[in-house]
Amino acid sequence: MKTHRARGVISVAILTLAALASPAGSRVLAQGKGTIKIATQSPLSGGQAALGEGIKLGTQLAIEKFKGPLERMGFTVELVPFDDQAKPDVGVANAKNIISDKDILVVIGHLNSGVAIPSSEVYKDASLAMISPANTNPTVTDRGYPNVFRVCGRDDVQGAVGAEFAKSLGIKTAYVIHDKTTYGQGVAEFFKAEAEKKGIKVLGFEGSEERSNFDPIITPIKARNPELIYFGGLYDQAGPFFGQSREKGVKSRFMGPDGMDSSDLTKIAGKAVVGMYYTSVAGPVSVYPQAKQFAEEYRKKFGKNPEPFAAQAYDATAIALRGIAAAGKGGRMPGREEVAAAIHAVKYTGITGTIEFDKKGDPKKALYFVLQVTSDNPEKWGENREVKRLLIASPAPTM
Amino acid sequence: MDFALLIGIFPQVLLDGLILGFMYALIALGYTMVYGVLEFINFAHSEIFVTGAFVGVEILLGLQHAGRLAGVPPFLVLLLLLAAGMAVSGLLAVAIERIAYRPLRGAPRLIPLISAIGVSFFLQDLIRLIESIWRNAFNLVYPGLEPLNRRFELTATVDVSVKALVVIAASLLMLLALHLLVNKTRLGTAIRAVAEDQATASLMGINVDRMISTTFLIGGAMGGAAGVLFGVQYSLINPYTGFIPGLKAFTAAVLGGIGNIPGAMMGGLVLGLLEAFAASYLSLLTGGAFGAEYKDIFAFSVLILILIFRPKGLLGEVVRERA
Repeated sequence: MKTHRARGVISVAILTLAALASPAGSRVLAQGKGTIKIATQSPLSGGQAALGEGIKLGTQLAIEKFKGPLERMGFTVELVPFDDQAKPDVGVANAKNIISDKDILVVIGHLNSGVAIPSSEVYKDASLAMISPANTNPTVTDRGYPNVFRVCGRDDVQGAVGAEFAKSLGIKTAYVIHDKTTYGQGVAEFFKAEAEKKGIKVLGFEGSEERSNFDPIITPIKARNPELIYFGGLYDQAGPFFGQSREKGVKSRFMGPDGMDSSDLTKIAGKAVVGMYYTSVAGPVSVYPQAKQFAEEYRKKFGKNPEPFAAQAYDATAIALRGIAAAGKGGRMPGREEVAAAIHAVKYTGITGTIEFDKKGDPKKALYFVLQVTSDNPEKWGENREVKRLLIASPAPTM
Repeated sequence: MDFALLIGIFPQVLLDGLILGFMYALIALGYTMVYGVLEFINFAHSEIFVTGAFVGVEILLGLQHAGRLAGVPPFLVLLLLLAAGMAVSGLLAVAIERIAYRPLRGAPRLIPLISAIGVSFFLQDLIRLIESIWRNAFNLVYPGLEPLNRRFELTATVDVSVKALVVIAASLLMLLALHLLVNKTRLGTAIRAVAEDQATASLMGINVDRMISTTFLIGGAMGGAAGVLFGVQYSLINPYTGFIPGLKAFTAAVLGGIGNIPGAMMGGLVLGLLEAFAASYLSLLTGGAFGAEYKDIFAFSVLILILIFRPKGLLGEVVRERA
C-alpha cells in the first residue's frame, strides 16, 4: 500500500498548494481529493436476487445518508455494486476485480457464506475490509483474518437456538434436510447436534440440490411422520419443498434458519408455510424501533419494503464509512490496511443495535430471533410474529 | 431395518418414478427424433422444454389476473395450456432449426452441435431477460388449479393426486398419438424415409427440408407439453430449470437407443424409476450413510452398466444406412 499512501500524500500536497494559490473557496478544490468507493457483492440476479438487491439498496441508502463527513473531508463517495450470482466462482472473480480497483476501500457482502469464504481469501491478500451483513457460517470469521467482519450472528448459535426452541414446543422427532451448501449444511448440522443433545430424535439427515421435484425425498419423510422438518437452506429451494410436502399430506411442523427469511417464501409455498417457524439473525425491520425511519426512506426511494439484511447492510455501511473517516483523519486518502484496523475499533449504535467487534470480527453480542410466518400474503411478510428474541455473545475464539 | 416402512412406501415411489419418467420420456422424444433424422444432438431442446413451461405459467397468471381462472373448468384450462405450450415450443424449435442449424447442414457434425449449445445459452438468458422486464421475477410459480391438487389417500403412506394422474394420462396419450403418427400416417412414413436416406427420399418426391422442419415441430411440441406438465406437477420454474431435466432426458434417449422413438419412452421411464427409487431408498437401506443426494450417482452408475452390456441402448440405436 506504499504507492497508495504516497499518492495520498502527493495529492494532499498539491491540494494544499492549490488552496494556498487560490482563495476561490476550498469546497470546489476539496472535491478533487479523490474518490472512495464502497463495493457490494451480493446476488443481483437469480433466485436469491430479492435478498441480494436488498443488501445493495441498503448500502446505497447508507452511503447517501452518511457520506457527509467524508465529503467534507474532500472525498467523493461512490457505490460499486457487483453481482456474485450466489456462486463462489463468480464471487471470487468479482473479488479479483475489486482488489484491483484501488479506490475501493470496503466491501459490503456477501449473502451466501459459501461465496463469502473464498472471496474473502482474495480480499485478505489485499487487506481489503469486508463487512458482511448476512453471512452466518462460523468459518467466515473463525479464520481470524483481520479484514473480515460481520454485523450478524453465527450459525453455531442460530442452529442451537432453533433446536432449543423446537424442544420448547415439545418436539420429539425431527427430520433434517439441507441444501449441501456451506451455509445450509452448516446450520443444519448445528441444529442436529443441539437437537440430539436436547433429546430430540433426528430421524433423517439428507442433503439435496434438487430444485423442483421433491417427491422421492418426501415419500420416506411422510412414511416416518416426524413432528418437525428442519430445512437448512434458502427460501427458493425450501419453498417448493414445503409446498410439495403439504400437497402430499405431510403434517409435520416446518422450521428453518434465516435463509427462509424472504417474502418469496410465501410467494412460492403459499399456505403451506403459514405457521412455520424460522430463526433469524436479522429480525424484520419492524422489530427494531430505530429502523422505522429507515424503512420509510427505503420505501420512498425504492418503492418496496426492505428485505431482510437491508438494514444490516445499512449498518455495515455506516460502520465502513466511520472506519474510513477515522483512518483518513486529516483528509488523507487512507490505505486499506488502515481502514480495516479502524473498522475493528468502531463502536456503533445503528438501527439494528449496538455493534462492536471482537478479536475475530464477530459482533461481541448478536441478536437472534425466532419468528413465525403469519400470512400467505407476500406483502405481509414484514408482519411475521416475533416469538422470541435473544441477545447472545458470540462464541469465544477457539484458536 | 424397518421392512414394513420399506414395503409401505413402495407403491408411492413407483408412482413418483413413473411421473418423472413420463416427463423425461416426453422430453427425450425431442432429442431422439432430431437425432434420428439429422444425427445431431439438439442441445437447445432443454430450453424449448422450459419455454413451454413459461408459456403455461404466463397464461395461468394472465387468467388469474383477469379473474377468469375460477370460472373456467380446470381441465379446459389445462388443455389450453398444453395447446399453447406445444404451439409455441414447436414453432420455436422450427425457428431454431431454420436460423441456427439449416445453414450449417453441410458443415462437419460438431459445428451444429456448438451452434445448439449457443442457442441454449441464448434462450436461457433471453427468457430471463423477458421475465425480469415483464414481471421482475426469476422464479415463477404455477397457480394451483384446485381440483387438480385433490389427493386420494390410498393407504397411510400412499396417495395419488389428480394432477399426477393427469400427467400420466396426458403423457400416455401423447406418446400413443406420436406412435400412430410416425408409424401409421403418410407424414410419418415420409419422416421415416428422410431419416433413412435423405437423398433417396428427395428423389421420391419428399420435401426433405419440410420433413426436417416437421420433425422439429413435433419434437418441440412434445417438449413444450412436457414443460407445461412439469410446471403443473412441480409448480416452481425459472429460466434455468430446463437444464437438468434436459440432460436427464438426453441420457434417457441414449439409454433407450438414440434415434429410436419407443426407446426414448422406455429410457425415460427407466431413468425416472431409477432416480425415484434411489432417492427414496438409498438412505433407508444404508442407514443414512448414503442419502438422497446420491440418487444421480446411483442412477447413472446403473446406466453405465446397462450401456456396457448394451452399448446401443435398450432397444438399439437407429442409424440410417449410408448409401
